[in-house]
Amino acid sequence: MWKTIVRRILILIPQVFLISLLVFILANFMPGDALTGKIDPNVSPVRLEELRRQWGYYDPWYVKYGRWLGNALRGDLGESTAYKIPVTTLIGERAINTFWLSLVTTILMYLLGIVLGILSGRYNEKLPDKIIVFYTFIALAMPSIVFGLINIFIFAFKLKWFPMGGSVGVKYIAGTLPYYLDRIYHMILPALTGALLYTVGIIQYLRSEIIDYKNSDFVVTARSKGVPEKKVYSRHIFRNALLPVASSMGYDIAFLLSGSIFIENVFSYPGMGKLFLESIQRRDYAVVNALIILFAVLTVLGTLLSDIIMSLVDPRIRIK
Amino acid sequence: MEEKKEIDLDNTRSSQKGYNQPPSFARLVWREILHDKFALVSFLLFLAIMFTVFIGSTYADTGSSGKVNLALMNKPPSEEFPLGTDGSGRDMLTQLFLGARNSILIAFGVTILCGIIGILVGLVSGFYGGRVDNVIMRILDFLAMLPTLMFIIVIVSLIPKYNVFTFIVVMTIFGWNGKARLIRAKTLQQSSLDYVQASKTLGTRNIVIMLREVLPNIASLIIVNLTLNLAANMGLETGLTFLGFGLPFSTPSLGTLISYARIPENMQRRYWQWLPASLLIVVMMLCINFVGQAVKRAADAKQRVV
Repeated sequence: MWKTIVRRILILIPQVFLISLLVFILANFMPGDALTGKIDPNVSPVRLEELRRQWGYYDPWYVKYGRWLGNALRGDLGESTAYKIPVTTLIGERAINTFWLSLVTTILMYLLGIVLGILSGRYNEKLPDKIIVFYTFIALAMPSIVFGLINIFIFAFKLKWFPMGGSVGVKYIAGTLPYYLDRIYHMILPALTGALLYTVGIIQYLRSEIIDYKNSDFVVTARSKGVPEKKVYSRHIFRNALLPVASSMGYDIAFLLSGSIFIENVFSYPGMGKLFLESIQRRDYAVVNALIILFAVLTVLGTLLSDIIMSLVDPRIRIK
Repeated sequence: MEEKKEIDLDNTRSSQKGYNQPPSFARLVWREILHDKFALVSFLLFLAIMFTVFIGSTYADTGSSGKVNLALMNKPPSEEFPLGTDGSGRDMLTQLFLGARNSILIAFGVTILCGIIGILVGLVSGFYGGRVDNVIMRILDFLAMLPTLMFIIVIVSLIPKYNVFTFIVVMTIFGWNGKARLIRAKTLQQSSLDYVQASKTLGTRNIVIMLREVLPNIASLIIVNLTLNLAANMGLETGLTFLGFGLPFSTPSLGTLISYARIPENMQRRYWQWLPASLLIVVMMLCINFVGQAVKRAADAKQRVV
């Protein structure tokens, strides 16, 4: 198995290389550059041209790519033209925000998914199951932006339970307890929005899994031995059904990352998803490039992680 | 007269052989829909919405969508404007018709194009196997790794002038991957079955085997996948347009209308500008999903209700 893990990580290297090349060529076609937007009356057009030449704006794309790659290999992803700070620092700041939001979303998602999935599977075809199944249909039909807007409208505007957006109030000093509490407070609504929608997969999977196990041989055996119904579920069915659910967390990374582009922008939460759109609008290619590569690598690592856990948990699945 | 003879001939033929044709997939789907109240209502409702939207948008005054009329700015719903007006004084009902039409067109366009490419690539890859399959699979693996949403956004920001069609193409480039994968797996399964081997031995041309023998056998699965995908594509398009990386402002989609809510004033006090579009997209996706579930049951004999 170690062999496969190493091999899959090694395959990642040429893939990342290809992606960065692709993004670079695309960025080269983008109209305008970082200087277009900010024509400073104090800077003459001649000086602008000079700056462009100095930054290598007129170099062919492969020269630029070579330069970028050389720097990237040394851990330097360039400087954000919009924020005037190194890309790694900028993304680092935003990544922490996305990380916390994703973590809270994941926790809520699994809590909801496991509880509802178990209820739905256990009371299959009865009222609780029917309600939950109907809920999954609604959630599947709900684009995250619409759900986010409706939640803002109801809970932030009408009821004023939660803030409209952002990640923390301005009056708090970083590092103090009220500061962290306020950050959590800002996270609740976006995290709930994501969790309520993304939990559907877990509910559906658990439900069908439990229904399948209900009449399987080992459950029938347990029942015929006189194991009380409650224990049949807790000891025999849930244990088997929950393992694959728990080990699929790695797959969620891709889901949460692409979801963050929608959720963070609806709630104007300063994470990587919001940074990505801002950078595109500001033609801040160094950031765009780094973010796309980061998302791709995280997605692949997440999938790999899930495959590994899956094969450890269930000996029937062997990764090849 | 001619026609009747044909039918008769068919009947006698099948009875001579002594078996009844199994019901066609379309018939199974229809039976499933009729027996599921949700699916039936959804199906009729979706047809009604499509009908209204297309009729409404043809009669809509398309010229007015580019004009600004300050006198009619932000009017609440009234008899003249059933859904009020927006910040440029445009009738929201007209905008809703146009937007819904564009969203429906894009969703169908992307789904059908992705389906066609997926079927072609998947069939070739799964049927020929070997080196062809290897190369195609490497490409698919690479595409699967790309952060799709981000790439669509990058490309949309590259194209200076885009319309419904270019948007469909961009979404398709990153959407056919999953379909090709599914169809390849199913084709691989079918190719190892006896009927394909027999047909090969008889000297049937590969393309005939692929399109007329393998494809019908996996068609029901493809239809299920595409139906459920239709809703997903509609949601994706709305989301992208909402973020400002979909259709341009002059070509409204449901996402454009929902994005009116990004202005706090509109969200707080002018619900008529964004709420109808939001509800419409949810209702349409819900309808598609309910019908999709019925189609799914029809495709799987184990799940069939009837």
